[in-house]
Amino acid sequence: MGLTKEQIAQRIAKEVKDGYYVNLGIGIPTLVANFVRDDIDVEFQSENGVLGMGPFPFEGEEDPDLINAGKQTITTLPGASFFDSAMSFSMIRGQHVDLTILGAMEVAENGDIANWKIPGKMVKGMGGAMDLVASAENIIVAMMHTNRAGESKLLKQCSLPLTGVHCVKKVVTDLAVLEITPKGFKLLEKAPGVSVEQIKNATEGTLIIEGNIPDMNL
Amino acid sequence: MINKVVSDVHTACEGVQNGMTLMLGGFGLSGIPEKAIAELVKREIRDLTCISNNAGVDDFGLGLLLHKKQIKKMISSYVGENAEFERQMLSGELDVELIPQGTLAQRCQAAQAGFPAFFTPAGYGTEVAEGKETREFNGKWYVLEKAFDADFAFVKAWKGDTAGNLIFKGTARNFNPNMCGAAKITVAEVEELVPAGELDPNQIHIPGIFVQRIFQGENYEKRIEQLTVRKRN
Repeated sequence: MGLTKEQIAQRIAKEVKDGYYVNLGIGIPTLVANFVRDDIDVEFQSENGVLGMGPFPFEGEEDPDLINAGKQTITTLPGASFFDSAMSFSMIRGQHVDLTILGAMEVAENGDIANWKIPGKMVKGMGGAMDLVASAENIIVAMMHTNRAGESKLLKQCSLPLTGVHCVKKVVTDLAVLEITPKGFKLLEKAPGVSVEQIKNATEGTLIIEGNIPDMNL
Repeated sequence: MINKVVSDVHTACEGVQNGMTLMLGGFGLSGIPEKAIAELVKREIRDLTCISNNAGVDDFGLGLLLHKKQIKKMISSYVGENAEFERQMLSGELDVELIPQGTLAQRCQAAQAGFPAFFTPAGYGTEVAEGKETREFNGKWYVLEKAFDADFAFVKAWKGDTAGNLIFKGTARNFNPNMCGAAKITVAEVEELVPAGELDPNQIHIPGIFVQRIFQGENYEKRIEQLTVRKRN
């Protein structure tokens, strides 16, 4: 039933094209790096100040001066560079980063996204998410289709404080791949073994279904 | 050569008073001014407004100042992973202003460069933009954000020289260069302090003009917040 988090990441990895600079958010997006084809050239940017991020270090080789935006120890690949925070966000705001992949608590059918605050419950801060969603041309959200209570996360209107407005272009969930269009969520693909009916039931926002919906190709 | 060297962290922190606004470099625990923070704890300076991307962890970094209730207000972009912070914030003891990370960096940069304010798309249409001027440029909306006004900036660099020139290492660079010269007095602590002339001018990240005081710290702890490794096959 539906995709695992790894499979969501695997599906999103297909959106990563040769020559892309990509910023990955924390959670499912971080996993995307594991599934990018190795015959294409891609550089991962981490907003704390590194381009050309590599895998986690081998045990004993970790460096406290080398972390990603999730504060995890990392390594760099040949061609990597370091820079300060202002320059990092020049890359982001200046639209030099080609693709941004991030998680969300809610996405609305007009492309609004909420992912930084649950009033009275969780107040951790937006980090770089507001800069990323306000600037990126190409934003993909990776998330589960429903929350733990079984409620849809794809809504007519976000109920939580917004991170950005009219910015999400595509959503990949455990059930489906959807594109944000002026008329609502357009269903592009469904997870293998999941019915269109199930996706309908799990989507509170307007769902547009045109023709036969193919299964995702993982 | 204008000598910027002070003998120790004690002298470096002279003039810091209750109620001041401080900038502190670092991302998570990487590149934080460990020695200056320890000195501020020791001096029991209170009612501080701290501008820093994060607020440390419970027992390290800015968490040490929080623990002693020396901070009145935090201006940060992300403050997870700190239980004492959360407790003080929810109880109302601590005033917290959360702002987008790029806006935080640019408000430092603007202060350094002499720009009073700038327009950014970050936060438009969200509660971050409430009460702020917004304007449309080329069909897109932007929020007016102001430069910070801070009394001291505490930064950490890898190497420095007696003229105050700085070189940073890895992602410990982060906000540190942006905070240099962005406050009335910039205090740089370095792991290695060398005589002017020993650093290659081509390799310097921050020229000494942005630094008023520099000292060498000893025995940096450089704690790792999220140790992640892979197994060797």
